[in-house]
Amino acid sequence: MLTAEEIQEIEHEISLVPYKKAACIEALKVVQNHRGWVSDENLKDTATMLEMTPHELDSVATFYNLIFRKPVGQHVILLCDSISCWVMGYENLRKDLMQKLEIKYGETTPDNRFTLLPNVCLGTCDHAPALMVDGDLYQDVTPEKLDEILSKYK
Amino acid sequence: MGRKILTEHINVPGINTLEVYRKMGGYRSVEKALKTMTPEEVVEEVKKSGLRGRGGAGFPTGMKWSFLAKPEGKPRYLVCNADESEPGTFKDRVLMEKIPHALIEGMITSSYALGARTSYIYIRGELMFVLRILEKAIAEAYASGLLGENILGSGYSLDLHVHPGGGAYICGEETALLESLEGKRGNPRNKPPFPAVQGLYACPTVVNNVESIASVPWIVNNTGEEYAKIGVGRSTGTKLISAGGHINKPGVYEIELGLPVEEFLFSDEYCGGIWKGRQFKAIVAGGSSVPILPAQLFLKTAEGTPRVMTYESLSEGGFVSGTMLGSGGFIVMDDTTCIVRNTWNFSRFYHHESCGQCSPCREGTGWMEKILHRIEHGHGHMHDIDLLVNVSKQIEGNTICPLGDAAAWPVASAVRHFREEFEWHVKHPEAATQ
Ligand SMILES: NC(=O)C1=CN([C@@H]2O[C@H](COP(=O)(O)OP(=O)(O)OC[C@H]3O[C@@H](n4cnc5c(N)ncnc54)[C@H](O)[C@@H]3O)[C@@H](O)[C@H]2O)C=CC1
Ligand SMILES: Cc1cc2nc3c(=O)[nH]c(=O)nc-3n(C[C@H](O)[C@H](O)[C@H](O)COP(=O)(O)O)c2cc1C
Ligand code: SF4
Ligand code: FES
Repeated sequence: MLTAEEIQEIEHEISLVPYKKAACIEALKVVQNHRGWVSDENLKDTATMLEMTPHELDSVATFYNLIFRKPVGQHVILLCDSISCWVMGYENLRKDLMQKLEIKYGETTPDNRFTLLPNVCLGTCDHAPALMVDGDLYQDVTPEKLDEILSKYK
Repeated sequence: MGRKILTEHINVPGINTLEVYRKMGGYRSVEKALKTMTPEEVVEEVKKSGLRGRGGAGFPTGMKWSFLAKPEGKPRYLVCNADESEPGTFKDRVLMEKIPHALIEGMITSSYALGARTSYIYIRGELMFVLRILEKAIAEAYASGLLGENILGSGYSLDLHVHPGGGAYICGEETALLESLEGKRGNPRNKPPFPAVQGLYACPTVVNNVESIASVPWIVNNTGEEYAKIGVGRSTGTKLISAGGHINKPGVYEIELGLPVEEFLFSDEYCGGIWKGRQFKAIVAGGSSVPILPAQLFLKTAEGTPRVMTYESLSEGGFVSGTMLGSGGFIVMDDTTCIVRNTWNFSRFYHHESCGQCSPCREGTGWMEKILHRIEHGHGHMHDIDLLVNVSKQIEGNTICPLGDAAAWPVASAVRHFREEFEWHVKHPEAATQ
C-alpha cells in the first residue's frame, strides 16, 4: 500500500504532464525517495495509479540505473568505473573499497549500511577517481581518504 | 590569452546569484531580444554566428532553428540537453554549477526565438546537487520577472522546468531524451523525422546542448557577425574543453577555436603538459565516442600539418588517421597506459549502456567486450584481433542511433593504431592482469 503522502506526491507529478503515464519515472522516484527502493507491491500500486500494467511500468523501471528494484542499504555508493577514472587508478580504489566493505558490486553490507554500485562517468574526470555517496560527490579519492568518507555515513 | 565568452566571470564571487550575474551584465540579451528584436531576427543572428552544436555532432544551431516546423495550433518546445555523461566530458556540469544563470538566460532568449512557451532542461539524474543549483537560480529568475507571465513587460511568457533523468547514458541521445521526458524507456527513435518536425509529444522541438544555448546571449548582445570573427573557417566562436587524464592541469578550459593543439596540451595556460615528466602516448579528444589517436597523429596530421582545435582539423584523415572534436572531452594517456585494457573499459561501458533495440549494437558490443576481456586476461588468440575489427564493422552504420558507431570506433581505431599491443597480449598470456 502506498502511503497518503506518496499518493499525494504522485498525483502532483501527474498534474504536471499531459497524460498519466508520462509521470511514471517521477512516480517511481517518489516511491523510492520514501522507501529507498521499489518493491513489486509498490510497483503494482503505482502502476494502478498511472493506469499502466505492472509489466509496462517495470520495463521502464528496470531501464534506469537509478531506480532500484532490489533493496539497497541505507547509503548507496556509486563508484565511477569509466575511462578517465580508470586511467587515474580507479582499480586500486575499487579493490580497497570492496575489501573494506567486504562486498562486491550490487551487494549490501551485512549491517545494511552501504550498497556498492558501479556508475558511468560522474562528470568530474578532472578530479578522478570519483565516487558518490547518496548524491554527495567525492573527488580525487585515494584509498587513504576512504575511511574518512565512509565514516560520515552512519 | 584567448577570448572568453562563456567563462569570463566564472571566478567572480557570487556569480551563481542573480544579483551578481546581473551586475556583470547578465540578462542583457533578454532585454534586447524580447524588447527590440523579432524572433526571426534572433534566429538570423544565430545563423550568422556560425555556432555549431556543442553536444558533439557540430550541426549548425541557426540552421536547426530555422528547420523548426511551425504548424498552427501546436506548441513548440525547446529542450536543453544537460544529460552530459560522455566519459571524459564535464564542461556542461561545470558551467551549470558555477554560472547557472548563463544557461537560464540562454534558455529565455532561445525560447523566445523559437516561439516556445514551455521549455525543459533535462539534467542527468546523478547530478542532484547541480539540479538544486539550477532550481534555485530559476526561482530567482521567476521572482524578478525574467520567467513566467509577461517577461519584463514584453508580452512574452515562458515556463522553464528542470527534469532529472533516471540514470542512463543513452538518454543523452536527443530522441531517447525525448522518450524519457515523456516517461518512457530511453529508446532512441528513428530519424527522420527529426525533433524539429516531430519532437516532444510529437510537437516541433529543438534539442540543444547546454553550451550551445549558453552561447546565444553573447551572440544576441554582440551580433552573430562578431561571433563569427572568432575562430577559423566553419569552426566559429569559443569552445569549452574538458581535459582530464595524465596531464598536469586537468580542468575545463574555454578556448578560441583554431588554437594549436600543441599549445593547448603543453602550455601552462592550459593543460600544462604530461604529468610526472612522462611521455605523451595517446589521446581520446572528443569524449569516449571518438577514435583514439596516438600522440604523433594527434599533434600532426599524416601529412605533417600541425593540428589546430577545430572540427575540421581534428577530423582530417578521416577514420584512418584522424578523429573528431566531438563534445570536447580530452582524455590524455601517458606512456604507462595499456591500450588493450583501456579499450576493454570502453567496450564494457558501451555494452552496458546499449539500449538493446538494434541487434548489431546489443550483440556486437557484448561480443567486443568478451573478446577484449579474453585478450586482456591472457586467453586471446591472434585471430581474435581481426574478429574485433570484423564485429566493429558489423555494427558501424547499421544501427538506429550513433551509440553503435561510438562503440565501434574506439575499438577499430585502437586496433588500427596499436595493433602490436594487442598481439603482445596474445603472445604473453603470462603477463595478463587478473
Ligand atoms: N555530450 C555528450 O555527453 C555526448 C555527445 N555525443 C555526441 O553526439 C553526436 C551524435 O549526435 P546525434 O544527435 O545523433 O547527431 P546528428 O548528426 O544526427 O544530429 C545533430 C543535431 O542536428 C539535428 N539535425 C540533423 N539533421 C537535421 C535535419 N535535416 N533537420 C533538422 N535537424 C537536423 C539533430 O536533430 C540534432 O539535434 C556524436 O557526434 C557525439 O560526439 C555522444 C555521446 C555523448
Ligand atoms: C549516445 C549519445 C549520447 C549523447 N549524449 C549527449 C549529451 O549528453 N549531451 C548533449 O548535448 N548531446 C548528446 N548527444 C547528442 C544529441 O543527440 C544531440 O545531437 C545534441 O543534444 C544536439 O544539441 P547541439 O546541436 O546543441 O549539440 C548524444 C548523442 C548520442 C548518440
Ligand atoms: S544503436 Fe544501440 S543504443 Fe542506439 S538504438 Fe540501437 S541498440 Fe539502442
Ligand atoms: S570517468 Fe570518472 S568522473 Fe569521468
